[in-house]
Amino acid sequence: MLENLTQRLSRVVKTLRGEARLTDDNIADALREVRLALLEADVALPVVKDFVARVRERALGEEVAGSLTPGQALVGVVQRELTALMGAAAEPLDLATRPPAVILLAGLQGAGKTTTVAKLARLLREQKKKVLVTSTDVYRPAAIAQLATLAAQVGVDVFPSADTDRPVAIAKGAVEWAKTHYHDVLLVDTAGRLAIDDAMMKEIAELHAAVSPVETLFVVDAMTGQDAVNTAKAFRDALPLTGVVLTKLDGDARGGAALSVRAVTGAPLKFVGVSEKIDGLEVFHPERMASRILGMGDVLSLVEQAQKSVDVDDARRLAKKVRAGKGFDLEDYKQQIAQMRRMGGLAGLVDKLPAELRAAASGAQVDDKRVGRLEGIVNAMTPSERAKPEILKASRKRRIAAGAGVSVQEVNRLLAQFEQAQKMMKMVAKGGMQKMMRGMRGLLPGR
Amino acid sequence: MLDLFKRKTEDAAPKRSWTERLAGGLAASRDRLSGALAGVFRRRALDDEALEELEGALLTSDVGVAATAHLLEDLKARYRRAGADADPRALLRESLLALLAPLERPFAIGPERPFVIMIAGVNGAGKTTSIGKLAKWLQQQGLSVLLAAGDTFRAAAREQLAVWGERNGVSVIAQAGGDPAAVAFDAVGAAAARGIDVVLADTAGRLPTQRNLMDELAKVKRVIGKARGGAPHAVLLVLDANTGQNALAQVAAFDRAAGLTGLILTKLDGSAKGGVVAAIAREHPVPLAFIGVGEGIDDLRPFAAAEFVDALLPADA
Repeated sequence: MLENLTQRLSRVVKTLRGEARLTDDNIADALREVRLALLEADVALPVVKDFVARVRERALGEEVAGSLTPGQALVGVVQRELTALMGAAAEPLDLATRPPAVILLAGLQGAGKTTTVAKLARLLREQKKKVLVTSTDVYRPAAIAQLATLAAQVGVDVFPSADTDRPVAIAKGAVEWAKTHYHDVLLVDTAGRLAIDDAMMKEIAELHAAVSPVETLFVVDAMTGQDAVNTAKAFRDALPLTGVVLTKLDGDARGGAALSVRAVTGAPLKFVGVSEKIDGLEVFHPERMASRILGMGDVLSLVEQAQKSVDVDDARRLAKKVRAGKGFDLEDYKQQIAQMRRMGGLAGLVDKLPAELRAAASGAQVDDKRVGRLEGIVNAMTPSERAKPEILKASRKRRIAAGAGVSVQEVNRLLAQFEQAQKMMKMVAKGGMQKMMRGMRGLLPGR
Repeated sequence: MLDLFKRKTEDAAPKRSWTERLAGGLAASRDRLSGALAGVFRRRALDDEALEELEGALLTSDVGVAATAHLLEDLKARYRRAGADADPRALLRESLLALLAPLERPFAIGPERPFVIMIAGVNGAGKTTSIGKLAKWLQQQGLSVLLAAGDTFRAAAREQLAVWGERNGVSVIAQAGGDPAAVAFDAVGAAAARGIDVVLADTAGRLPTQRNLMDELAKVKRVIGKARGGAPHAVLLVLDANTGQNALAQVAAFDRAAGLTGLILTKLDGSAKGGVVAAIAREHPVPLAFIGVGEGIDDLRPFAAAEFVDALLPADA
């Protein structure tokens, strides 16, 4: 598995301890590790070379602040430079024009253009825009039908097209239609094309000229390898790109292509696709992407996801109950389990953890199926059993096991886990929460 | 995802043999690799600088850090054995061939009827298009084919497969909405009843991290086994040649979920080179059944390691 850059560097920098300044000598090995980490994350080699040269330049002579090791200081420089290269802040779409504001999407086959069109349409509709979409993909079988289906799902209008039409004619027709029907935004989907296919690259340039979009977005798969630079170059040369959408970031690719594409096009990354579902489009966060490429985990997204999924009222009620010294019962435990499931399953959470925590978490053998089974066991109990778990004796346990379709041992295991959780809650009630949080913070990578 | 008929006008050029096409498709990577290598081999000595250039050339082809290191070590050993007047280029070709040769195993349709082939992969890898091409290939072998529209998730995936069915003149089994396992089950039953030779079962695209979807894939496979003991007889993973090192994670995850018997490497006609195959050969070898070298219906070809090496690293450039 991929190693965290911090971890890798900690290996090389053991020899560097006690040095007060970063010098060519003491960072040579460390820079090689940076290079390898970026290559393993699929950042294109020319981009890696430029980047490492830049880090060396910035790092040389930098003082190693008090408690840091030279390696940590270097990671700091790397992360700062990476974030700077990614763009300072998330850039929104610029739709300031006389309506309709046209958005053109382009990219390779299978990058996720059609799905992205639908997700963007949904996002814009939520911002109270009147949205029209159209497909100029007359090549791929059923591409037009795919967009029509998705548009119906998100509730936006479609300018109809047929695979016998010319792409430029479709796009022009859609602009006219949008004007006469007062649409605020027109999203133009295009066929996937290879960067070396001159005829198709000419076609996309013609499409661009025909609709003069305010936003021309390049859609790229987060799993793309070294060729991202060549593809991005070709699209940049054919089109004035205004932004990039990085798709399929919910996979486990480190997404080095983001850096390659950004370096080549200079266009800001605007959105990332994080789910197959229609609401799976998020604003791009440069600093999070920098951490991900370095293998440092996407802790911020994790926190955000947790906040979104936890029912605040539930949490407050539980906190009050615990503070009041009332017992934490199985009903509360079940709510906790349900909350865990809402957070998109444990597998999803584990992915967002930094490398070293991920290893620990997978060692603990947590698995979504088990969580579901735990919930089932609690569901098989009567309310009084949930409130007073101590009344559970052999015959009740047998009934619960039969009801939940598990063995009695599993019921016992759940009760043991519940007792653990109960103990923890008691600690929290006694003000141990802060101590617990401090302990946890120690596990996170140094900031 | 590719058009086959719309741009037929461009096919006016005389049909090239598939090696030519593969060579054409791989030209970009060859240029890069051989450009760097030409610099290396003009010196004819394998010094540190030459090795570093070579390392860079392999890395830009998506060969990956570990497999690149392996190839360079192998090259160095061969160079030492061969003596100072050896041609490093020929030696590197040997190294590459040695690494890739185990992936070359002809894809054969066994005696089972219907012979069931399950197709899996991440979103946008080219599964449905590969099925269309594979159906054509099977028909050319004199086999009858049935398609199962197992992608019940993505909008219009069924329609896309139906178009392919029409083009090849084969039936497509589909259900409105429906459960992917049920569609596959029905298709296998229908193929048995109609005396059809091969079933191609499409599945929805899924990422290795989506545990429930990976479980679903395992379930589809189990249910196919219930429809017909011993089925599916082949499970192919479709990989996009543009993919970087994540291809390794894909091979591992899909193998764990569904037990892969082979790979299809698509989109080799672009500027991507598919060097990740070398990484796969080294870390998680699965036979490479087919490569997609063009947008035409005939552009699905059996993988031949020697030709792949030829296209990637010609002997004479």
